[in-house]
Amino acid sequence: MRLRSGFGLLALAAAAIALVFLVLPVVAIFADVSPGRLLDALGEESVREALWLSLRTTLIAVVVVIAVGTPAAYLIGLRRFRGRALVLTAIELPLVMPPAVAGIALLAALGPNGILGGWVEDAGLELVFQTAGVVVALVFVSAPFYLRQAIAAFAALDPRLLEAARTLGAGQFRAFATVAVPSARPGLAAGLALAWGRALGEFGATLLFAGSLAGVTQTAPLAIFSEFSRPGGFDAALALSAVLILLAALILVGVKLLGADRAVEDPPGERTR
Amino acid sequence: MSPRGALEVSARMPLREFELAVELAVAPGERLALAGASGAGKTTLLRIVAGLLRPAAGRVAIGEEVWLDTAAGREVPTERRCCGVVFQDYALFPTLSAWRNVAFGMNGARRERRRRAEELLDRFGVAALADARPGSLSGGERQRVALARALATEPRALLLDEPLSALDPETRRDAQRELHEIVGQLPIPVLLVTHSQEEAALLADRIAVIDRGRIVSEEALRPAADPPGR
Repeated sequence: MRLRSGFGLLALAAAAIALVFLVLPVVAIFADVSPGRLLDALGEESVREALWLSLRTTLIAVVVVIAVGTPAAYLIGLRRFRGRALVLTAIELPLVMPPAVAGIALLAALGPNGILGGWVEDAGLELVFQTAGVVVALVFVSAPFYLRQAIAAFAALDPRLLEAARTLGAGQFRAFATVAVPSARPGLAAGLALAWGRALGEFGATLLFAGSLAGVTQTAPLAIFSEFSRPGGFDAALALSAVLILLAALILVGVKLLGADRAVEDPPGERTR
Repeated sequence: MSPRGALEVSARMPLREFELAVELAVAPGERLALAGASGAGKTTLLRIVAGLLRPAAGRVAIGEEVWLDTAAGREVPTERRCCGVVFQDYALFPTLSAWRNVAFGMNGARRERRRRAEELLDRFGVAALADARPGSLSGGERQRVALARALATEPRALLLDEPLSALDPETRRDAQRELHEIVGQLPIPVLLVTHSQEEAALLADRIAVIDRGRIVSEEALRPAADPPGR
């Protein structure tokens, strides 16, 4: 695209505005928080607790999302079946659902008086006001981000690769694990980054479904709000925000590196069949 | 190597505009070219032999072993047919190096698989590329890796789908000669499809011309040589 035209300049201006608008608030947080205060905030027990809880619950949530979501996305991505469009829409619905609505929906489904509430209780599971409830809320809001990307990545695979694997004696699982997943890796990693980021920032669904109990269900975003609501707590909220941004950036970069096509060939942990 | 047997195929299958109805047999060591315009049903037939497509009715057998018999309700899945396939664009696994592509169908310890894969690559003159990924190989090199991969499982039959179509004209001449040499020495039935009669004439012992799902003519180009090593 040529920049020295009317439209070129317009697009350039639009790009500049978008970038400044998106980056400014992030810069502002770090402009307000000196490294010293950041460390002080990290020294506080409640802050550390909230961060640790966020890290733990989001990690469990993304592991669940990957373990269940990858084979599910493989199936949906490869097969053409009646009602596929409907399934895709259902998967994407939580994406556009307001988080508070997601929390209410989870209560209606899995809460003590929800339609599966009795079954959850019989299974000996406690979700409401429990850390497990946080994980459920995180999985619910983050899974669609991963699924969408993973389905698209698998659908874009050359079907002949899988056929080639079969002619070489590979069963379905081996074709999936050794051909489909590695080939779809950039898409899977992008989905993982989005899902993890969404889980890390989750607020509304967690609050309504699992509550905001310090040390149990109060994740970092909930702790930020709790500090913010406390008189004189803005500083602590700011510091926690800065840490959360760093964490999110770390995850984004880490996962992107995971998805990048490595120049070095040998995957670690070579299997011997 | 597994016992040698002729490849016998009969298949009927309604396609979009016509019905595929083909019967053919390829002797061990013989190379049969199915030639015809695109859309004539060549690739469909190849897929039926490999087990990637099930015909409405048909039988596929290699020697005593029956891979498909719709009348008897028998179907051996692709992964257990041991049928080597070279796909049109080679379908090399892009995330695996050349040797890993070749070793994909092999059993055994890693070191042993690597040794055997390199041996095969060496036979096809591309041993130096063992660690390269398909993306960095030329068309001709890819063809050789794909051939090595298809033969690595010691298949009962070899299928080639337009093996030269992905190559530019210059590479094609050399690749054609090499392919002729390699495929000519195989003791198994070789079935190749091509839209080019010229290519068929150079690579095959016998040509069957297929048009709208039916074999309309057959021509033996050279006496089916005794398979080598007999």
